Amino acid sequence: MAGVRDIRRRIRSVANMQQITKAMKMVAASKLRRAQEKVIASRPYAERLQAMLARLVASGGDLSHPLLDKRPVKNIGYVLVSSDKGLCGGFNANLIRVAREELAAEDGAARSLIVVGQKGLEFFRRRSVDIRAQFTGMGDSPDFASARRIAAQVTEFYKNGALDEVYVIYAAFVSVLNQTPTVVKLLPVEPAAESGAGEYIIEPSPAVMLDLLLPGYIESRLFNALLESKASELGAKMTAMDSATENAKEMIDKLTLAMNRARQAAITTEITEIVGGAAALE
Amino acid sequence: MATPYLLNVVAPAGEVFSGEVEFTVVPGVEGELGILARHAPLIAGLGVGILRYTREGRVEKISIGGGFVEMADNKATVLAKTAETASMIDRGRAEAAKERAEQRLHQKGENIDLLRAEAALKRAISRLQTLNK
Repeated sequence: MAGVRDIRRRIRSVANMQQITKAMKMVAASKLRRAQEKVIASRPYAERLQAMLARLVASGGDLSHPLLDKRPVKNIGYVLVSSDKGLCGGFNANLIRVAREELAAEDGAARSLIVVGQKGLEFFRRRSVDIRAQFTGMGDSPDFASARRIAAQVTEFYKNGALDEVYVIYAAFVSVLNQTPTVVKLLPVEPAAESGAGEYIIEPSPAVMLDLLLPGYIESRLFNALLESKASELGAKMTAMDSATENAKEMIDKLTLAMNRARQAAITTEITEIVGGAAALE
Repeated sequence: MATPYLLNVVAPAGEVFSGEVEFTVVPGVEGELGILARHAPLIAGLGVGILRYTREGRVEKISIGGGFVEMADNKATVLAKTAETASMIDRGRAEAAKERAEQRLHQKGENIDLLRAEAALKRAISRLQTLNK
């Protein structure tokens, strides 16, 4: 049985850890609130852009654009939006699992990754996976410029024929307790069908408008994925740190009980010894 | 007074302006476009420049870094890559950016992305103009 002093030392170290996890939980909670606000604020732009694109395609008649082109699929790329930091429960593990499933599919097409975030990179770097590009160090609030950089890179791969289809794998933020790994198609762009669009004056011309709208659409999709993944990461982190704090509390309770027992046992032994000694003297 | 209609200015990070206006001038890629109430349905591309709207007779400005405008059902929606009202612009930063861009354009070196420098200059100028009444 461990001595009282050893147990006391363990209690202290667990209590220290509990303080850290508690602080991390609180930090994650306050960052999460901001991240959530950002996700919500970014939705109007994304939705309206999508609607505008749909109406343009519906009213424009003959529209062709390299980013709308469907080609025979030989090379598929996945943009995996993972996090830079760990300590966020199963967040990265879940995303990586989905990515591995997608990569393992066998239909003759070659598959490669574009990795966002240190954690995804660490995992896939050591495996025989083709990583075409990597983006790390997004920080706690991804900005539109980062999304634009990724979009430019991905569009380049698509335009020069290195990739025929591009998907994004990210964690959709459903609620603090629920983040769903999601795979969405990014390229070629498939505008939602919109019927009954009126006659629009389109300036300068439908073709030029598509040229302006499509890159913007891809940027906004990626931006949304970055924000959602970030909010999900913080949600997962908050939950993980909450349960870590809870576990530490349980452990402290258990150790305190063990310590009290050990102390009691020591006292009992001592009394027995004294009584025994006194009896021997008589 | 002209009939008011609804104008929304939305940037990727969130809504910048939403309200009833009488008249809007947007920086279209092929020149400025004026929009009054009940304008015909329109989709147009926007360049870097200044959006001006008239609200209760007063003219306000928003600096736009390219984007799109759509007019439908008597509602105008501007989707801008960046959109800043005068109160959101930092004069010092805009001036510094302008100088940087000008320097880069003057250098005429090999490895300079002229288009990017030019776009940066345009953005800086439009921000400064938004500040000046």
